[in-house]
Amino acid sequence: MGQLLLHGWKLISRGFSSLTPHPLRVCIVGSGPAGFYTAEKMLKALDGAEVDILDRLPTPFGLVRSGVAPDHPETKLSHLPETWKQIVVNQFSRVAANERCSFFGNVNLGTTVSLSDLCKMYDAVVLAYGAESDRYLGVPGEDLGGIYSAREFVWWYNGHPDCSNVSPDLKNTDTAVVLGQGNVALDVARILLRPINELETTDIAEHALTSLRESTIRKVYLVGRRGPVQAACTAKELREILGIKDLHVCIQKADLLTSAADEEELKKGRIQRRVYELFSKAATSHQQHDIVGQRELHFMFFRKPDRFLPSESGNTVSGVRLEKTCLKENGASGKQVAVGTGQFEDLKCGLVLKSVGYKSVPVDGLPFDEYRGVVPNMKGRVLSLDQAEHAIVEKGLYVTGWLKRGPTGIIATNLYCAEETVASILEDFKNGLLTPSSGSPKPGRQGLLQVLENKNARFVPFSGWEKIDTKERMEGELRNKPRKKITTWEELLLAVDG
Amino acid sequence: MFLSRLSRLGLRIAKDSGQFSATKRGYFSRHFSHNLHLVNNCSFSTTTIGNVHEEGSEQKETISVTFVNKDGEEKLIKVPIGMSMLEAAHQNDIDLEGACEGSLACSTCHVIVMDVDYYKKLEEPTDEENDMLDLAFGLTETSRLGCQVIAKPELDGMRLALPAATRNFAVDGFKPKPH
Repeated sequence: MGQLLLHGWKLISRGFSSLTPHPLRVCIVGSGPAGFYTAEKMLKALDGAEVDILDRLPTPFGLVRSGVAPDHPETKLSHLPETWKQIVVNQFSRVAANERCSFFGNVNLGTTVSLSDLCKMYDAVVLAYGAESDRYLGVPGEDLGGIYSAREFVWWYNGHPDCSNVSPDLKNTDTAVVLGQGNVALDVARILLRPINELETTDIAEHALTSLRESTIRKVYLVGRRGPVQAACTAKELREILGIKDLHVCIQKADLLTSAADEEELKKGRIQRRVYELFSKAATSHQQHDIVGQRELHFMFFRKPDRFLPSESGNTVSGVRLEKTCLKENGASGKQVAVGTGQFEDLKCGLVLKSVGYKSVPVDGLPFDEYRGVVPNMKGRVLSLDQAEHAIVEKGLYVTGWLKRGPTGIIATNLYCAEETVASILEDFKNGLLTPSSGSPKPGRQGLLQVLENKNARFVPFSGWEKIDTKERMEGELRNKPRKKITTWEELLLAVDG
Repeated sequence: MFLSRLSRLGLRIAKDSGQFSATKRGYFSRHFSHNLHLVNNCSFSTTTIGNVHEEGSEQKETISVTFVNKDGEEKLIKVPIGMSMLEAAHQNDIDLEGACEGSLACSTCHVIVMDVDYYKKLEEPTDEENDMLDLAFGLTETSRLGCQVIAKPELDGMRLALPAATRNFAVDGFKPKPH
């Protein structure tokens, strides 16, 4: 049914585009997977669409560049010359090369240009700027030195210019605690545990490589509030970390015991079932444990952080106090939740990475659901509340990706997410909601260029990124890696001039 | 490992194939009408079909595969032996995504083998394929990634359904497996 309608939209919109006096001017904020898939679908669906993609960074591709772990195995498939990351980058670059598409890097929504400006200039504005902040644990001591969000750590090793100076101290301790057991938690743990020579040929940031080379960390604890049945990771990432060479993996066999409620969850969840099987296998497999300086990965289930413990100086973290938990069924959701048992234990460590979820940040004038951390929307149409608390559609304003559905899913999830949002735009366009009923058409790109000029704001076009790209690849080639990332704002902008 | 559940599944597949072949004659069916291939709604369960094909598969260079799209419309195509269903779909303008171009990094080329007997003729999915199937929308017991299903003579006559793309677009009666 939905699909039939979708085809209908495509047809009608094609008919419309030949009749429209001016193109549909669309602005997408954010050039990660959500933004680029939206641009691709938009350009394909409507011949008359003109799409501008804004990014606050001089570089495009969002988390494809600064989120995806550098060491994911090059799933070397004989018939493919390229890795998945490169394939995605190529696809997005083809979109950017479309003559109806322009990239504006170094343009920040909220400072360079406001949301209300964009809404005045474009027929449709699609917010795809993701989740650039972190959930807070809210336990004492969270601000101590040596405690970072996993996002900061990931941005640091991926050379994001906002985190090039994070510089976590990896030399004062042999133990790191990662709070959380999702895929991001596994990513950061893996980077800490992987033999350095396996990182040297990746595009990991040079500063991170230097730091990891000197790292004294030998034990990483992955702490989860619930058990192995509820772990938030997926099988692919779990298998990847369990497969690290010479790694000693510790899982308490008692933690693998399942209750009736657990069995029910396993029956229903294919991912959980496969993840649990991997945990079971890892717990029982024979491992060599007599290698000098061997690295250890400890899965700690049924523990929640109660507070962070300061070192003698009082400034840095020296450990985490954990409360043991047990699972209780939550009547309403049917899910099992972790509740504290009042039993505590201290875990010494010199580094803590909090991996309890990313969080989106609203901009001025944008409706935002603080509790869920997303923009309220109906199939991508941004909703706000009127004075009588009735939901109304914000005309011409759309959302997609993590800002729309929360920080979950893989890159390709954004493709479906974009498809849905683009379908909403096409339907609204078809119904005449996006074309001004009177007056002159919206200026689109010309308007944006004018605003940038008035503000003396310097944007980076796609050709500017290509200069950065060329420089990074050339310098990478000298070091036998795919690229040497440029990791500061100044150098990035210099490379554009280069 | 899913084969143990196949008897239960039979019923569901039968129901699904009935659902899909209720062809809606919209734009696309007119467009593709020269290829439109009307089939028996519940023709999945006969092992004899497979045997006939095996006997008649001597030195065939292409096999026939029917894709059933999200609206229940069907398209019969010839697929050269050795070619993946993803590639074949793209060559024939079938609306199958394949975002990662076959690098086993997504599940957007998810197809559902509509006939259990054909499903059994496929190689078991690898761990890597299963990892991606974990994340597929509308997963069924006979789901596969199109990029991993390679044409071979025994697959002649196979029917593949394209699942509804998202939860929101889910076709009535086509129940995504909870995950």
